[in-house]
Amino acid sequence: MTPRRIIGQPRRRVDGRAKVTGQTRFADDIILPRMLHCRLLRSTHPHARIVSIDTGKAEQLDGVHLVLTGESFPIAYGILPVSHDEHALCRDKVRFVGDPVAAVIARDEVTAESAVNLIDVVYGPLRTFAEPAESLAHDEPRIHDYGDHGNVHKAVSLQFGDVDAAMAAADHVFDDVFFFEGNTHLPIEQHASVAVKDPDGKLVIYTSTQTPHYLHRALAKALAMPAAHIRVVATPNGGGFGGKSDPFNHELVVAKAAMLLDRPVKICLNREEVFYCHRGRHPVTMRFRTGVTRDGKITALDLQTLLDGGSYGSYGVASTFYTGALQTVTYDIPRYRFRGCRVFTNKPPCGPKRGHGTPQSRFGQEVQLDKIAEHLKRDPAGLRLGMIAPPDSLTANYLRVGTIGLAECITKVVERSNWKDKFRKLPLGRGVGLACSSYLSGAGMPINWNDLPHSGVQLKLDRSGGVTVFCGATEIGQGSDDVLVGIVAEVLGIDPFDVRAVTGDTDLTPVDLGSYSSRVTLMMGNAAIQAAERARAIVAGPVAAKLGVPADRLVFADRRVFDSEQPDRSVTFQEAVCIAEARVGTIGTTGSYTPPKAAGHFKGGGVGPSPTYSYTAAVVEVDVDAETGWITVPRVWIAHDIGCALNPTLVRGQVEGSVYMGLGEALMEEQAFRRLPPRLSSALVHKFPSMLEYKSPTSLDMPEIVTDLIEHPDPRGPFGAKEVGQGPLLPIMPAVANAVYDAVGVRVDQIPVSPEKILRALQAKAAGKPARVGPASFPDVAWPEPLLVTPPHEGGDGRASNEPDRRLRRKAEAGVEATAGVRS
Amino acid sequence: MKVRLTCSVNQEPVDVLVDDYKTLLEVLREDLQLTGTKHGCELGECGACAVLVDGSPVLSCLVLAVESAGRRITTVEGLAADGRLHPLQECFADLGASQCGYCTPGILITAKALLDAEPNPSRERICEALSGNLCRCTGYLQIVEAVEAALRLGAASKQRQPLLAQSEPGAGQ
Amino acid sequence: MRLPGFRYRAPRTIEDAAAWLAEQPADSMLLAGGTDLLPNMKRRQQTPSTIIGLSGIGALAEIRNGDGLTIGAGVTLSNLVADPRIRTSYAGLWQAAAQVATPHLRNMGTIGGNVCLDTRCTYYDQNYEWRKSIDFCMKRDGKTCWVATSSPKCLAVSSTDTAPMLQALDASVTLVSAGGARVLPIADLFANDGMHYLTRQRDEILASIAVPALDGWRSAYWKLRRRGAFDFPVASAAVAARLDGRRVVDARIVLGAVSSRPLSADRAVAQLLGQELTDDLIASAGAAAAEIAKPMDNTDFELVWRKKMVRALVSAALHEIRGDDMRARRLQLARQEMLSMPASTSAAR
Repeated sequence: MTPRRIIGQPRRRVDGRAKVTGQTRFADDIILPRMLHCRLLRSTHPHARIVSIDTGKAEQLDGVHLVLTGESFPIAYGILPVSHDEHALCRDKVRFVGDPVAAVIARDEVTAESAVNLIDVVYGPLRTFAEPAESLAHDEPRIHDYGDHGNVHKAVSLQFGDVDAAMAAADHVFDDVFFFEGNTHLPIEQHASVAVKDPDGKLVIYTSTQTPHYLHRALAKALAMPAAHIRVVATPNGGGFGGKSDPFNHELVVAKAAMLLDRPVKICLNREEVFYCHRGRHPVTMRFRTGVTRDGKITALDLQTLLDGGSYGSYGVASTFYTGALQTVTYDIPRYRFRGCRVFTNKPPCGPKRGHGTPQSRFGQEVQLDKIAEHLKRDPAGLRLGMIAPPDSLTANYLRVGTIGLAECITKVVERSNWKDKFRKLPLGRGVGLACSSYLSGAGMPINWNDLPHSGVQLKLDRSGGVTVFCGATEIGQGSDDVLVGIVAEVLGIDPFDVRAVTGDTDLTPVDLGSYSSRVTLMMGNAAIQAAERARAIVAGPVAAKLGVPADRLVFADRRVFDSEQPDRSVTFQEAVCIAEARVGTIGTTGSYTPPKAAGHFKGGGVGPSPTYSYTAAVVEVDVDAETGWITVPRVWIAHDIGCALNPTLVRGQVEGSVYMGLGEALMEEQAFRRLPPRLSSALVHKFPSMLEYKSPTSLDMPEIVTDLIEHPDPRGPFGAKEVGQGPLLPIMPAVANAVYDAVGVRVDQIPVSPEKILRALQAKAAGKPARVGPASFPDVAWPEPLLVTPPHEGGDGRASNEPDRRLRRKAEAGVEATAGVRS
Repeated sequence: MKVRLTCSVNQEPVDVLVDDYKTLLEVLREDLQLTGTKHGCELGECGACAVLVDGSPVLSCLVLAVESAGRRITTVEGLAADGRLHPLQECFADLGASQCGYCTPGILITAKALLDAEPNPSRERICEALSGNLCRCTGYLQIVEAVEAALRLGAASKQRQPLLAQSEPGAGQ
Repeated sequence: MRLPGFRYRAPRTIEDAAAWLAEQPADSMLLAGGTDLLPNMKRRQQTPSTIIGLSGIGALAEIRNGDGLTIGAGVTLSNLVADPRIRTSYAGLWQAAAQVATPHLRNMGTIGGNVCLDTRCTYYDQNYEWRKSIDFCMKRDGKTCWVATSSPKCLAVSSTDTAPMLQALDASVTLVSAGGARVLPIADLFANDGMHYLTRQRDEILASIAVPALDGWRSAYWKLRRRGAFDFPVASAAVAARLDGRRVVDARIVLGAVSSRPLSADRAVAQLLGQELTDDLIASAGAAAAEIAKPMDNTDFELVWRKKMVRALVSAALHEIRGDDMRARRLQLARQEMLSMPASTSAAR
């Protein structure tokens, strides 16, 4: 095999020049002739019936072209088929402060804003729900009229093997409760969209979305238009992190308005509104009961999670399952019970943020392992090395694990950080903590269950020697365009600069499901390899004939095609394409990727499967002032099992960016809410929807980061690559908490680990109380009967013994979707 | 009401009528269509809209357009010269300092002012100078490294370097 | 987010500015750096019909020698920090100014603007729509102070970094109006009321701030905030003292961000006067200072903890003034290497 010229080399990303010259065109940078501007009126009530809306004064204001209300949007939509519970503008009730109620389209933003203030809405306030405990305690009024019951959106219960027996047989059972506060993505780019009726009368929308395909579906459904008449162009996202993965109200509103007015309509949300879009990290309370043998093996895990979902479904059902999905992928857990519950509250909807549902329970598990190690008098690194899940195996909950580089990751950070000289040996106030994680390289199941490919790539080669690659993947900063171009250039032996990428455009590009679940590199990458290899084969045949050498001896490299045995027998790549085009006609190829089928056939078995999983280990060093609790992080060592680093510059950026975001979550970021005294006010508001008060670390708050990449190619990934965008975030939060314990001997079982909490724990310790801050107990949840699934190693077939026929259930679910659409 | 604004933007004279309530940011993006300058909060809380006014980095979202009259304004579009990228731009593109690229223009502008004023800033000094520019993607390390690389590339123009080396008392402290 | 409409006027002299301000004092506001007023206007917290821009008045941007220094109100915080006279003789003021917000905002914001900074509160520093959701608050458009609903006065927090330090340095301010000028101690510029936090009349312009020579004094400013940049103080300690060896001859301690005005900690000072500055005395003075702090639940961080932090901040400042090497501690709290001040350069002796 020829050595790789591009893959594995640190390289300027293909869109690098555009980004440093300010030429990358984000959605709000689009300015079109005759463009109108939209502003939304948002609810000032957390939970209320809409009694009446009077838009008369707004409509009469000079410069106003259109005022829309929920009446114009009768059809519901949502990202998951099981929770189509959103309308572009609220129809009968509002569910949180910030819920969009009306829209004004006017000649400029100032006029639109003035008109918005002229709209009179009469609200009939309803009881509000701020915390999950309230939602569990009161079934009425229901925030939504669908869901499992009352204000419980979803409660799930799964059991893999006889967990109680395994607990009873364990030498120790550890029982801990943790809380992870919600936080948000805070992309620097505020969401923006421009919708246009094109000259053919079709709809085009340019928008900052991570998932143009799902927005395409939502627009078709909610606006009752043929999907073929809608074009969604995902503009490069100025940061996504999961926060631009849902179809959003404002996108539907400007689309509708542009079609009605036949003029371009733009909206750019202000920062407060971005906080209301949210879809960020769910606040999760969790209880881990873990049975352990005296030599440090896990016999069983019994996990309960309670998610505060906010006011809409969003990805919530998937988020719920994800809180319980990946524990077994990391560690060998032979028996497992998972119960998860998501409730509705009157706050902006939670959804997928980097790590989607898994960071919360990762925090709990890794902190509990630290406690277990201490109890067993074991080194936390050694304990983990002894319990890593076996590679190429099927877990108790039927996730198929591929290569596992976790042991190397742990060994690497232990060595790099001088762990053995530091752990429990540093002076008071300084400490180190270790934690591990794993993450999906793409969700194995699509959101809309079907047998279609998850990613498609098309290639066009022509006589110019240039190559154009088309793919629906969405550039959100992670470098997907660069991965796409780099792979095509490598396979065809040309320079990345010779390849033009057309991405994220539902008219021009084949479907890729979107930039979520760390799926793009693996899925788009495999599709791109397939398309490029097919193109290479098309070119190789005629060139081989022309050069008089066997096709399998041809090498494509350095913009040439040559005989591997006599390299001077060659043509340029451009000549090669011309030879082939003359022989076979216009050259175009496709590639596509569909992940392997899930091994689990029980309800919920669709969340968690992935073609392969990445692994990470991190050591965090902290400085804690024992007098005040003040905490800083001077250093982080992190090792990530990536399989193969396609462009190491970008990979390092993803790892360091994950550490950054993880430290923000660990130390300071909170999506917090505030109620006013109930006797005086029914207000329930976001405490500080601003970039000043939502604390995001600055350049002065960042530690040194030492990054190591573990590269054992995984056969399922393109050139062996696995994901890197999300996994490295996960170990940071628990590693910080574990380091605090090493530094000052107190447990903060709650994120964020703020100085106030550390000091409270220190004071408790000084007073002879448990040296801990965290939730006292897990709330009572009325769990459904668990689905009983026998683990594979006990002879199970992946089906639940007590579940009705799944085909019948699917039909029932389709019914739920239809009903939700009508009712909500 | 419209007011007349004359100033220099990227070394070109500008003479436009703009709405009197507009900020410099809004005039740059909407009236001059220089959309390279971004906005993340419009309240002075993120640094995305940084531009140079008379060589000094400021937040254009909090500058009244009318107060920009007669000023010398530099935006990201004015960094490249004579068809060549500024060394900072080359290094940012090469070294992963720009991921989503949305905070990049504000950071480049801020870094340019630093390199113009100080010949040899330490890493700590670079972090301090960039502490008013939030980035959510990179964790800042590749950004700081890119600034250091640009320093080595001789970002500060050759004539000015020796002069400033003597006249900057605060540098590096 | 757009600014509301306004009439903009740009005087060239302070006399013109004062005369124009006198025309409509209730509806006019002064614009210096814009970093406080313009966000407030965008959020409709302040909606003046006329803005009088002071940036064209050159005299406001000067620092003049005299008995001490006279700092024009229009001097930017960056220029203040860059002035070697500040760094060598008024270390605490240098530390305070260098920690305001961010480099960009210091390039724009002025010392006068920072002294007159609107009081802050998480119930108030919000968009119009947000404030409507809580039916507004006493400080603007509403009736109740939601921080403490029975409070007869607004509890918004004085959030200026420089004012506490200037008060500890015994600074005085000159206010100019069409009717003339008056000079008052900076302590008298402030009132402990979140709405009416300045005694400045609406037709007066803060023209300059004079700091006395203070031979033999040392000063230090310690600030609590979440991040190394951007954040307003949520508690701070401004300390100035004159020592004879380790004996405290004179001292002033002023707390920031724990009240609606910079708060003088007189009882803590009384403990210090005439005493050796021992570790025990420092701890005791810190505790006494913390007693008067009244942080409320309207800033970042929990209020109980903020109150505790006052003690640590005052103690740290006293240690620094005593000449202890506080660089590591300062780096940990402020996260800025450049703020570490070797004792030898911290003040004139």
